[in-house]
Amino acid sequence: MVIIGMLQPVVKRGDVLDSWCSTNVSYVDMAKLSDEEVRHVAQLANLSLTDDQLSKFKDQLSNVIDYVNQLEEVDTKDSQPTSQTTGLVNVTRDDEISPQQSLSQDQALSGTEETHSGYFVVPALLDEKKE
Amino acid sequence: MNMELPKSIKQLQKGLLNKEFSAVDLVDLSYKRIGNCNKELNAFLTLSEDLAYQQAKRADKIIANEKKEAFISNPLLGVTVALKDLYLTKGIRTTAGSRVLQNYVPEYSSTVVNRIQDAGAVVLGKTNCDAWAHGASGENSDFGPSKNPWNKEFVPGGSSSGSAVAVAAGLSMSAMGTDTGGSIRQPANFCGVVGFKPTYGIVPRYGVVAMASSLDTMGHFTSTVEDSRKIFEITKGTDGYDSTLKDNPKENSKTSKGKYRIGVPKEYFIEGIDTQVENNVRNALKEFEKMGHDVVEISLPHTKYAISVYYIIQPAEVSSNLARYDGIRYGNSRDSFGDEAKRRVMLGSYVLSAGYYDAYYLKAMKVRSKIIEDFEKVFEEVDAVIAPVSPTPAFKLGEKANDPLQMYLADVLTVSANIAGIPGLALPWGFTQQGLPLGFQLMGPRFSEDTLFDLGEQFHKHVDYEPGTPLI
Repeated sequence: MVIIGMLQPVVKRGDVLDSWCSTNVSYVDMAKLSDEEVRHVAQLANLSLTDDQLSKFKDQLSNVIDYVNQLEEVDTKDSQPTSQTTGLVNVTRDDEISPQQSLSQDQALSGTEETHSGYFVVPALLDEKKE
Repeated sequence: MNMELPKSIKQLQKGLLNKEFSAVDLVDLSYKRIGNCNKELNAFLTLSEDLAYQQAKRADKIIANEKKEAFISNPLLGVTVALKDLYLTKGIRTTAGSRVLQNYVPEYSSTVVNRIQDAGAVVLGKTNCDAWAHGASGENSDFGPSKNPWNKEFVPGGSSSGSAVAVAAGLSMSAMGTDTGGSIRQPANFCGVVGFKPTYGIVPRYGVVAMASSLDTMGHFTSTVEDSRKIFEITKGTDGYDSTLKDNPKENSKTSKGKYRIGVPKEYFIEGIDTQVENNVRNALKEFEKMGHDVVEISLPHTKYAISVYYIIQPAEVSSNLARYDGIRYGNSRDSFGDEAKRRVMLGSYVLSAGYYDAYYLKAMKVRSKIIEDFEKVFEEVDAVIAPVSPTPAFKLGEKANDPLQMYLADVLTVSANIAGIPGLALPWGFTQQGLPLGFQLMGPRFSEDTLFDLGEQFHKHVDYEPGTPLI
């Protein structure tokens, strides 16, 4: 497995809170996200960013990613991943419609004024073919 | 009507039965107090007066007809409650603290809301919170922060800020909140009220705006531990909607042990913790020993990785849960998201994206298993764990707003309970020299709420704890 774009942090964070004690924290040589990566991630998340936001978020996200890289230290070769703590699997109910568990069409449409004959109006995905 | 705010549900019931006041009187008093100070404290975003008076009148009728029996069939009859604005309330605006939902009116209510209303509670309104529950100070609300009633220049904590303020300022007898990384326990600690986080999987999440679906828990704020227990009795249990619920496997074998073994995790007394916070917890330990409990030092070795685990898993789940806000079926467009929401969604998308999933999300899920194992080992030796809630007492508004990472690091003492899915109870006790609340938290194995309530009630009785409201 190749890890793309993850730089080894030069400054190792020691105790968890050593940075919050000081008011002026300097981050040196940390894992830095590129403009491209931030734009890519924003696109994946369907978020629009101004240039100011791009540069501000780039630094802030880089700080967090740099911090969480600390997990590399932990030996997890024998660990199973946990996605939730209940241990429940395949919880089902009978496939029956009950009025209390459904919204009426009117209720479902009530959250917006952009409706048309009982449908939600959505942005066009397909343009008309231009001759 | 010159009534005083009842200090507990017990006191409320006594007053109602003895006709010292009515449920409607309490609602009058509550809205008067809210009217006097909500502009400054910004605890409530929406007031539900029509509903509250309707519920209060119904309560008064039931009491007149059934007298003492009224409280058996309606255990929360007349109890005023404020709801964090993540709880969907049918017909009443629900914003999640965000401009995206600033005009959203749900067509159904969450299970928790239905249950407490069926038990007779009176809903006063919806409280302010960090938008989407993203925050630990209240400063990420798109509607302005709430203020700490003990000193209005200070934050009340978050993300359930308005709910903590509502109880601390004597505006509501109780308030619902959510705790995903400490968002009940920390504001409870900053505001000097009892804050309860249940086991993950015992209180339904149905109808509550989702933040991180494997970490979110539905809890509440009260002035006393006894009240906290009473509300939990109503909110808990499977509901046929939320498929991540289990009824307490030890439901029928509830025997109070009386005396317990309490573990003190050495990793929680971190370098840089505020001296007053630490001394307060160490003094609490002495009191527990005086009460006859065993206090032993224990170790939770993976504590220092908890923030990294949390700030990978939580944003990943957030990015998924916030994908539904497309502005098509409800709400405003994604441009209305505030900075913190955008940050977390992007962080989550990054750690889940191709090329990074294994190194971050999968890795974090494996370290999560290690943190869970830490607690399982510890709970073979002790019945509960005591710890500070926050490395500092409440801080000043604006103090941490410019550095998100700084804000995240302060969650270190609360996130492990969410990672492991275990319950926690924040208990208020004492004040700093500057007059800000102090306290600590108890955590226990999954489904050990009874142990935590028992210990909490014993502690407050032993130290003669009196809930108080700051002069506003």
